[in-house]
Amino acid sequence: MALEPAVTDLEQLKSHPEVASLLAWNQRAVEGAKFDRQELSIYLERTALRAACNVLRADPALQYDALSDVTCVDWFPRDPRFEVIYHLFSTVTKKRVRLKVRLSDADASVDSLTPIWPGANYFEREVYDLFGVRFDEHPNLKRIMMPDNWEGHPLRRDYPVEGYR
Amino acid sequence: MAEMTPTPVLDAATDQPLIINMGPQHPSTHGVLRLLLEIDGETVVRMMPDIGYLHTGIEKTCEAKFYQQVVPMTDRIDYLCPMTNNLAYCLAVEKLLGLEIPPRGQWLRVMLNELTRINSHLVWLGTHAMDIGAMTVFLYCFRERENILRLFEAVSGQRMMTSYFRIGGVALEPPLDFFGGVKAFNDTFPEKIDEYEGLLTQNPIFVNRLKGVAHISREDALVLAATGPTLRASGVDVDLRRDAPYSGYENFQFKVPVSDAGDVYARYLVRVAELRESQKLVKQALEGIPEGSVKADAPKVVLPDREKMKTEMEALIYHFKIVTEGFTVPEGEVYQAIESPRGEMGYYVVSDGTAKPYRVHMRSPSFANLQALPKMCEGRLIADVVAAIGSIDIVLGDCDR
Repeated sequence: MALEPAVTDLEQLKSHPEVASLLAWNQRAVEGAKFDRQELSIYLERTALRAACNVLRADPALQYDALSDVTCVDWFPRDPRFEVIYHLFSTVTKKRVRLKVRLSDADASVDSLTPIWPGANYFEREVYDLFGVRFDEHPNLKRIMMPDNWEGHPLRRDYPVEGYR
Repeated sequence: MAEMTPTPVLDAATDQPLIINMGPQHPSTHGVLRLLLEIDGETVVRMMPDIGYLHTGIEKTCEAKFYQQVVPMTDRIDYLCPMTNNLAYCLAVEKLLGLEIPPRGQWLRVMLNELTRINSHLVWLGTHAMDIGAMTVFLYCFRERENILRLFEAVSGQRMMTSYFRIGGVALEPPLDFFGGVKAFNDTFPEKIDEYEGLLTQNPIFVNRLKGVAHISREDALVLAATGPTLRASGVDVDLRRDAPYSGYENFQFKVPVSDAGDVYARYLVRVAELRESQKLVKQALEGIPEGSVKADAPKVVLPDREKMKTEMEALIYHFKIVTEGFTVPEGEVYQAIESPRGEMGYYVVSDGTAKPYRVHMRSPSFANLQALPKMCEGRLIADVVAAIGSIDIVLGDCDR
């Protein structure tokens, strides 16, 4: 199977019900979208994240009722530096969608999804621990992998693989 | 004589809850899991899992390796199902490359994956039953597991850290009579499952110990990100092998065991039923395995055969290039989830167009399933915590990565 070029045009991507549903709810919340390798990613405005998840969850045609994963990618030295990535899964339609929020180094914080999915708790703690991205309204935002007195966030790109010496 | 201190009087009114520490060296916490338990008498009021003791920074290390060098690291994440991890990673990179695997390679992957599932479930069944107090089952399970490990050794040279799957296929054609060995194991396996079930399923001590214990509702399991048998035992019918087929699973017929009970006993029944389904899948894979190559025809990605490398100039150049400078992967990102014995094992791989992955993230089922544990245990007896830990089948290497 040959690779097809990624589609990033919002007009074209309206054929995906996820994009259409979010655009119908709030045009300004959607910063962009990408369909690449049969996977749909939607870039969201950071304050709209939680509400957008609620929209995708409540829409009877979509029913994204499970949060599979939360992670982050550090694009240092680009700005905005962080991309927090959410993978939603529907146990009804068995479809997946990827939501992305871009965050700059100066204010790396985003709303926690724990009020919707309590299962976001550990994933967000992991991202906080390893990237230093803060999640507002998280019930217990502490380090989870590294010791509590650890300095720095190991998965950042400017953190050396061998650690600081 | 010095004045004696008065004996302290226990006063029920000023009685405080007690915080106790379970693990990280507790034998029934299946690895280095530490649980902080706030108990009131025999009842668990609150539970807080504390993990990270096995964190080795695999995700960080992956960023410094070539794509093909990451495969051996994935074995070490979930050491009970190395092939499942290999497969998830290889599928993710193959999706990034747009690489198609020949049918024989896919079939072989399915067969080994189901053997891995049986292997993992046998360790779970043995240790879980031992936690409950049934020692014999443990010995029986490890007897069969030994046979599977021998098959893994025959095919890959390693019993546990197999690293047999490669980006673009599998490492080698399996040795002579490997399929005979698999068939011999597989044909006798159903009666072994009968043997385990004969010891446990109707055993009144076992049933009373598990039924109604550590219950979790469908809604709670779903929002707490539980997956796999833990979720299916609460009545959510999701199995990625059937719902999002990968590696040719769409060509196989199997049932997905589901239960509505949501307790430890239901999770036991679901996993034992999965053992039987996996046995059938191995049978189908054995009977229908196609002829052909086990590797994709992609000389820039897949290492050439040894013989070719020694006799053909072109193959030697490709070999040299792959080993010394890796192969580049087109820019992009992929999330590939597969059904591991514990649940959804997802690999999120980001490529920036170079020969090393920009980011590899593993969504491990043990890490997510652990969040359901406090919900299962809070308000219940402390003795049931052991049964609950066994029932989510946690592997701490998978959890901490």
